[in-house]
Amino acid sequence: MTRTTNSVLPGTRTDGWRLGLQPIQLATLALAAMVALPLLVVFSGWLQPENTVWQHLVETVLTDLVLNTMVLLTGVASGVLVLGVGLAWLTTMCEFPGRRLFDWALMLPLAIPAYVLAFVAIGLFDYSGPVQTLMRNSFGNSLWFPPIRSTGGVISVMVLVLYPYVYMLARSAFITQGHGTLEAARVLGLGPWSAFFRVALPMARPAIVAGISLALMETLADFGTVAVFNYDTFTTAIYKAWFGLFNLQAASQLASLLLLFVALALFGERHLRGRARYHEGTRSGPPRRHQLSGAAAALSTFAAGGVFTLAFLLPVIQLVSWAWEVIAVDLDSRYIGLLWHTLILGAIAALLTVTGALVLAFARRLRGDRLTGSAVGVATLGYALPGSVLAVGIMLTFTGIDNFINGVARLLGQGSPGQVLGGTVVALLIAYLVRFLAVAFGPIESALSRIRHSLPEAAHSLGAGGGEVLRRIYLPLLRPGLLTAALLVLVDVMKEMPATLLLRPFGWDTLAVRIYEMTSEGEWERAALPGITLVLVGLLPVIILVRRSARRTERNDNDSEPS
Amino acid sequence: MNTLLRSLALSLVVTLATPVVLAGDTITVYSARKEHLIKPLFDAYSKHTGITIRYITDKAGPLLARLKAEGANTPADILMTVDAGNLWQAANQGAFAVVDSQTLEENIPSHLQDPDNRWFGLSVRARTIVYNTERVKDGELNSYEDLASPNWKERLCLRTSKKVYNQSLVAMMMARLGEEKTEQVVRGWVSNLATPPFSNDTKVMEAIAAGQCDAGIVNTYYFGRLLKKNPDIKLALFWPNQNDGGVHVNISGAGITRHAKNPEAAVKLLEWLSTPEAQEMFAGLNMEYPANPAVKTSPMVAAWGKFKGDSINVAEAGKRQAEAVMLMDRAGYR
Amino acid sequence: MEHLLEITDLCCGYDNHTVVDGLSLHMQPGMLCCLLGSSGCGKTTVLRAIAGFEPIRGGSIVLNDTLVSAPGHTVAPEKRGLGMVFQDYALFPHLSISDNITFGLRGSTKKQKRDASDSLLELVGLAGYGNRFPHELSGGQQQRVALARALAPEPKLLLLDEPFSNLDVELRERLAADVRDILKARETAAIFVTHDQHEAFVMGERIAVMNEGRILQWDTPFNLYHEPANRYVADFIGQGRFISGFLVTPDTVDTPLGMIRGNRAYTWPSGSWVEILLRPDDVLLSERSGYRCTISDRAFRGAETLYTLRLPEGGELLSLMPSHHDFPVGMEIGVVIEADHLILFRADRAPTSS
Repeated sequence: MTRTTNSVLPGTRTDGWRLGLQPIQLATLALAAMVALPLLVVFSGWLQPENTVWQHLVETVLTDLVLNTMVLLTGVASGVLVLGVGLAWLTTMCEFPGRRLFDWALMLPLAIPAYVLAFVAIGLFDYSGPVQTLMRNSFGNSLWFPPIRSTGGVISVMVLVLYPYVYMLARSAFITQGHGTLEAARVLGLGPWSAFFRVALPMARPAIVAGISLALMETLADFGTVAVFNYDTFTTAIYKAWFGLFNLQAASQLASLLLLFVALALFGERHLRGRARYHEGTRSGPPRRHQLSGAAAALSTFAAGGVFTLAFLLPVIQLVSWAWEVIAVDLDSRYIGLLWHTLILGAIAALLTVTGALVLAFARRLRGDRLTGSAVGVATLGYALPGSVLAVGIMLTFTGIDNFINGVARLLGQGSPGQVLGGTVVALLIAYLVRFLAVAFGPIESALSRIRHSLPEAAHSLGAGGGEVLRRIYLPLLRPGLLTAALLVLVDVMKEMPATLLLRPFGWDTLAVRIYEMTSEGEWERAALPGITLVLVGLLPVIILVRRSARRTERNDNDSEPS
Repeated sequence: MNTLLRSLALSLVVTLATPVVLAGDTITVYSARKEHLIKPLFDAYSKHTGITIRYITDKAGPLLARLKAEGANTPADILMTVDAGNLWQAANQGAFAVVDSQTLEENIPSHLQDPDNRWFGLSVRARTIVYNTERVKDGELNSYEDLASPNWKERLCLRTSKKVYNQSLVAMMMARLGEEKTEQVVRGWVSNLATPPFSNDTKVMEAIAAGQCDAGIVNTYYFGRLLKKNPDIKLALFWPNQNDGGVHVNISGAGITRHAKNPEAAVKLLEWLSTPEAQEMFAGLNMEYPANPAVKTSPMVAAWGKFKGDSINVAEAGKRQAEAVMLMDRAGYR
Repeated sequence: MEHLLEITDLCCGYDNHTVVDGLSLHMQPGMLCCLLGSSGCGKTTVLRAIAGFEPIRGGSIVLNDTLVSAPGHTVAPEKRGLGMVFQDYALFPHLSISDNITFGLRGSTKKQKRDASDSLLELVGLAGYGNRFPHELSGGQQQRVALARALAPEPKLLLLDEPFSNLDVELRERLAADVRDILKARETAAIFVTHDQHEAFVMGERIAVMNEGRILQWDTPFNLYHEPANRYVADFIGQGRFISGFLVTPDTVDTPLGMIRGNRAYTWPSGSWVEILLRPDDVLLSERSGYRCTISDRAFRGAETLYTLRLPEGGELLSLMPSHHDFPVGMEIGVVIEADHLILFRADRAPTSS
């Protein structure tokens, strides 16, 4: 030991790799602030007590609304859980006629806006619809038919539209889970069912929970679908306070309660999940499919086919037939503008949101501290608010900033620049980011949690710096998760109405705006053309995504077993 | 990715630059009336005068919230709605400027405009009774109130109380009958319902045509649209309360914003919209009734017959809307 | 002599839990070293500290004359120029075998990369596997790929974390020998971590026996076996049992099995209580001996049989005998001690016979 620290070369203080994460914390806090500002605006509704409205709501409808909401949430949660997980299991673990088709086709209902399915369902199955009319004409009036405009009806429609969230996330979890752990469970004496319930399901839990929370947040925030059913939920009270009683303050108060409820629920889930880890098991290939035959195969095909028909084929056929009636009148040159705006907004928003969600997911993975954890929690709350309320919160934030800028400019004697942020594409994009961060966060976080820590470490040990590890290890491994996230955001942004309506710059009409204009006038036929276009545009990325993942599974299927 | 960023930057620059380009010959409209019902008019006006009209459409609530929040910085010159309630509310919150226009005073009847001249109705929307021609006997129909009588047990279909048209209807009834009587009527309606309330007027009419119920209350233009699609439908309109208050009418209308950047041009636009030339188109686009009494209704609408409309100022609908909503909540009208 | 690696007074830990406590270690270029210890002794932490994944709390790590780790100062792993083989191999599942191997090659042309990958695959005996994907290989093959990948950038020092623990025994010994030969041929120094002394003996030229975050002995395998520095090492390395006795002369001990004399002098005063390590090959079974004990267990090992013997006074001995002698369990038999190299540890007090 002759050497002392004197021999240390200067300039070796390259602490980069751990301290280099500091910016990620800052970015996380910035994202949290972006979401928190409009939420605070919503919460600020409490500054002004609105006793009359509260007293009225409590005395009349509030109990029913809360009860309705609970019933709806429970129904949707169980429905998407059973459909989403069941179908994901079926298509990843079993082989039955049509599996290859259903594997991707079952994701397609995602592209159908919920209110469209709601309207189609009511149009077809209500008393005056063709199904019941046909039955009356054939069998007389006595035949009983389940009422579609009912709690069961609204839950069914919501489940059919929202199950793809769970399906997609559970599917990719099952695929990456590999067969090793499952086989281990079988060897340990579990039957196929208990292996599923005790190993596969718990292992896929982060993915499934992410899917269900998305579905539930969307259910809570939904107004369009429940409005078509005239099913009153808590959101109804918010809109009633705002549009009916002209009381935006009370609406904000109600909305902030909703938000609080979601925050608590999410926190509870995190807490319950506790310290369990869900890394990908080592060294096992993709699952080997179990060949179904006879009744089981027929039943599987029937189930998958039934869901696909109800959730996708039926509404698409209805949309196409409506669109056909008006295509000659409505398909003009302006349509290209609508399409372009829809696509460009969707694409940029997807890119921004996925990047933001990636930052959040990494922050949570690399930084265990409380501050980062809470910041991530806040940043993913935006999805839970009803769209219009959030849109107003964001709009108020931007106009507040604008007014401030104008005030400063006037003070400086520069005259007022007018609107700076409000009414710009930037404002709209930030609104999308705030609203859909949670959507992108779910798939990315669950994909990230499946990457073992030794992989990036191995890359570091091979001389790769932070950026290179991100580019060469994380991003390729996360690609399915990133694509899923981007797709979800893209489709959601394209369907999004309230923020688009309120914040779009002049002339930036999108397909969703057109749909709104037509449906709000009750002109469903004329809404069908932009509707079906939206579905088709949403389908493209789904198909790209699916083909890519299918190729990957195929390759794994065909390759020989380890020697 | 580079291209995306570049287009983002480009659109940013473009949108940021837009307000600067604004010259005096542009009018900005926040409209709750949908694009396809206003664009032909704006196009015609632009062609006529060379003035550019840009607009954004949304629900009245968010638009009003935006207008208020933007305050003095708002780009909006005109706020247009499809009901009197929101116009009254906008005026009440100080979002409108007082307009002193001889033309508007002459063209728009006084009960279809703000007593303080802050907003003006541009078309009339009549909300009346529709019935199944095979199942309702002559003389059975009488008034809105009468639909609450036991005669209509299990025969009535209604649209949801959350729609502003029904809120206005009940608000105007409150103005005419008083709160207590109105609540009795609404309770009667609810107990006569054959099926839970529908989400829109078209569904109400389809249910009546299918025989699920016999009568309901709808806006006439929805009836017109259904009739266009299905001329043989077994439905007809009935004009209630012809011996007292008259048919409930609402308006689609507009006002000049308080911080309008181009108020003179905006007033000129409103004036033009009240002229016979524009009125015919304004009402005709949606099979509504012109607000200007000098203008004839379209032949199809005229075929439904003449009626006596409610002559109480439509501002009452806005003034009493919140009370009406609460009343309907108490009565269990969903 | 130049040191490749100098670890001085290394302390690691988290919260208020110390994992490595004042550990020092020096290593010459080209040397194969092993950190040996039972699980939880801190050996993996030391390895991760050397690699730069673990910030250190005290001491320093100097690599090639460069201070890479000190409290509050951690040079990033990628800047250390080390290779590392992970316990789970950590092969990148999205890259082919050859892409995995060439991952760490910077600034090489495609052809150079292909050549490097081919020659490394050849070296690890997996020629022709370059286009496969990790999940298509068996555990042993993945292990070889992990080694090839770590070697590709030609690091001066390779770190291996329990590299063979996921493999079956036979494969483990063969691979360990292969890896040793490869490293020696390339003159790559290596530190590897294991809990398996056979592995350590096969690969390690020098072995650090670790316990509770400290190095107990840093020596050649031969010395660890024959000159253990303390009882823990003696116990941990090789097989053997202790019997008690007292020193009669510097090279003779009086034990229940008679006087045992070795070829090495101890300087403790006569009459000191000591413990004598008896390896299985020091103990012979003989009908003729007067010192009797009972066979309590036997393990057949092909050429030899390992007997466990119970002494009448209490205590145990192990004896390794050619398997053509065959004694049943329960049999009483004589014992002869033939140890010319006595390993003694001083006992604090007289043994309590149990």
